[in-house]
Amino acid sequence: MAAILLSGNEAIARGAWEAGVAVGVAYPGTPSTETLQNLVLMEDVIAEWAPNEKVALEVAAGVSMGGRRALVTMKHVGMNVAADPLFTLAYTGVSGGLVVLVADDPGMHSSQNEQDSRNWGPFARVPVLEPSDSAEALAFTKLAFELSERFDIPVIVRSVTRISHSKGLVEVGERIEAEPKPYEKDAAKWVMMPAMARKRRLDLDERMRALTEWAESDEGPDTVHEGSTELGVVVSGVAYQYVREALPEASVYKVALGFPLAAERIKRFAASVDRIAVVEEADTYLAKSLLAMGIPVEETSLPADGELSPGKVSSAFGMGEPETRAGIEGLPPRPPLMCPGCPHRGAFYALRKARATVTGDIGCYTLAALQPLAAMDSCVCMGAGIGMAHGMALAGASTEKKPVVGVIGDSTFAHSGVTGLMHMAYNAGVGTIAILDNRITAMTGHQGNPVTGRTLSGRQNRELDLEALCAAMGIEHVTVVDPHDLAETERVVKEEVARDELSVIIMRAPCALLLKEREAVYAVNDEACTACGACIRLGCPAISSVEGGKAFIDVTLCVGCAQCVQVCRFDAIEPAGPACDIGGV
Amino acid sequence: MAVTTVVLAGVGGQGTILAADVLAKVAAAAGLDVKLSEVHGMAQRGGSVDTTVRFGEQVHSPIVDPGMADHLVAFELIEAARCLRFVRPGGRLLVNTRIIDPLPVLIGDTERPEGLEGALETEGAVFLDAEQLACQAGSPKSANIVLLGALSTGLEFDRGQWESVIEERVPAATVEVNLRAFELGRQACIEGECMR
Repeated sequence: MAAILLSGNEAIARGAWEAGVAVGVAYPGTPSTETLQNLVLMEDVIAEWAPNEKVALEVAAGVSMGGRRALVTMKHVGMNVAADPLFTLAYTGVSGGLVVLVADDPGMHSSQNEQDSRNWGPFARVPVLEPSDSAEALAFTKLAFELSERFDIPVIVRSVTRISHSKGLVEVGERIEAEPKPYEKDAAKWVMMPAMARKRRLDLDERMRALTEWAESDEGPDTVHEGSTELGVVVSGVAYQYVREALPEASVYKVALGFPLAAERIKRFAASVDRIAVVEEADTYLAKSLLAMGIPVEETSLPADGELSPGKVSSAFGMGEPETRAGIEGLPPRPPLMCPGCPHRGAFYALRKARATVTGDIGCYTLAALQPLAAMDSCVCMGAGIGMAHGMALAGASTEKKPVVGVIGDSTFAHSGVTGLMHMAYNAGVGTIAILDNRITAMTGHQGNPVTGRTLSGRQNRELDLEALCAAMGIEHVTVVDPHDLAETERVVKEEVARDELSVIIMRAPCALLLKEREAVYAVNDEACTACGACIRLGCPAISSVEGGKAFIDVTLCVGCAQCVQVCRFDAIEPAGPACDIGGV
Repeated sequence: MAVTTVVLAGVGGQGTILAADVLAKVAAAAGLDVKLSEVHGMAQRGGSVDTTVRFGEQVHSPIVDPGMADHLVAFELIEAARCLRFVRPGGRLLVNTRIIDPLPVLIGDTERPEGLEGALETEGAVFLDAEQLACQAGSPKSANIVLLGALSTGLEFDRGQWESVIEERVPAATVEVNLRAFELGRQACIEGECMR
């Protein structure tokens, strides 16, 4: 079959399918999301969105225990959530192959921190495979399933944004049906209570020894590009491509198995060259490992933060800089925005009016921290908005004039907000939590979640009833409001934050991108507009200012949410006439 | 054959990613090694979206540094100015004259510098009004394919290769419009109309 262009994520999905994977489970997270969205399109595979990564890994563990192959995918921070089962699954090992894709985001294109997931290898004692392009993403995913069953261990495939979201040519193959392994009761393997766990702990060391032996053998996946003996570079993942491009003369040892490292092979490589250096992004994982092996790794001036690039590698090795243009100074930044018609805009407009201190969370609504709304005070991790609101109240930082409101989206609430709210209810917390229920996991590109009830395979199942859930926690004050109705939202926020009790406001309106049919769009009446700027400060991309500071609404972008109509004190925003010819799309 | 690098720069929603995908598939159909790198996640939300396509006998890195790209296809004027530094001296700058002011400009936090077109012209940019040509083709949404048509005059792929990938890649109902858009962009460059 001819080579086709696949992204790293598409290649991992294809590799899992070719390896006969039975089940894929994930919570969406950039840059890993498309893997499961591709897997679900393939035959003979069950693919599911989980409420969070911990549940996803536990489901996959059950599939493995039940004798079938399973793939779990997540972004780097998702592994923090899934770490609890991961560590113990290293002890139990597997029955059907169990592979975990972790996609890191050096440079934080769409993340709140940088983490180097290679460190889970030595930390949890699980093998880590690191593809350096789409072709290896497919090949290493297949290999990961083989290794998982052969060495009785879950296997991590570690990707980064530039692997997951880069495309390259890949030779695809056929599916190999993996034979299901019948489940046999085996408490010594699957029940990790101290007496059994102590034995499995020793067994884990044995399995790692066997795996290391394999990695050191001719079968091991690491490879060497033989170049000049003057300089040898040890590298893994996408950084391999940067090194080959920037240092075409150098000998290169490509680490495919990031843990356990084939120390003897690396030492032999180091001995074959005059100077030895390491190129890596996110952390000094390889450099520290090589130094611990007694290899005199050269210091380089490579940056410790952000992404690498061929240019950063060549300048660190004194290969000179390319000739560049001067560039144009003083350009305005172009931050991402909430979409036209986004219901979150109404929510934060009301919260700002209430002078609320907002402990926020992860999702599109995090954009409310930016101008012009500037209505979010913190964003730490999935679910933190609720716990931090309670903590701020405990610290006495929530006052009548400046109340603290915890804000969280529907998907994030299902992911890790439920337990935070339970904590507040249980500990008689005082404060207001706003659940922004836009009926979708929007930021990662519109995935269903337990609140919407729409599954990855497109089936409409049970919807999580947020009102009933809050009531079941014993929360008496639960109000549902449409955030597009600014006056009502403002009134409800003011009323709820004034309470000396726990309250929940469910701000419910579907994501603007879900609306198939647009409402009637709006236009500005030039004569009535006083150029006060109130509508501009909503930060809607459809509204701009023209000569004299008057507002202008782009009818191709307006979706008719009418939030701007409500903030205009001069009735200058009116339904647009029917004659808007936008070019006959 | 040396590696050729094309940077496509625009604003979320302008169709840069689809255009990059068409270019990458054309290069692959021509038997070349190809890599394409994009950063999305913020793409639907009006942020800057840059995509890099590299092709040649063997391509290692999916991304490039300033001074390394051979072609810039800018879908918007401010993004053209922002990505100018990626293009090597002597590289080709193909710039759509459309301006989409970012929010910090709209709310008066900052201003768009005057004379961007002139500054780009000094750097050797050629300009075209892709939306206008796209409307001529039948839909303003085909502006991305107009720009590919213009780009195609500086690359060595057959017109037929472009056309068959466009047919395969765009929604079936828009094939005719997009093929017309490609041709209009191509003609604009061949006839020098896109230059100023």
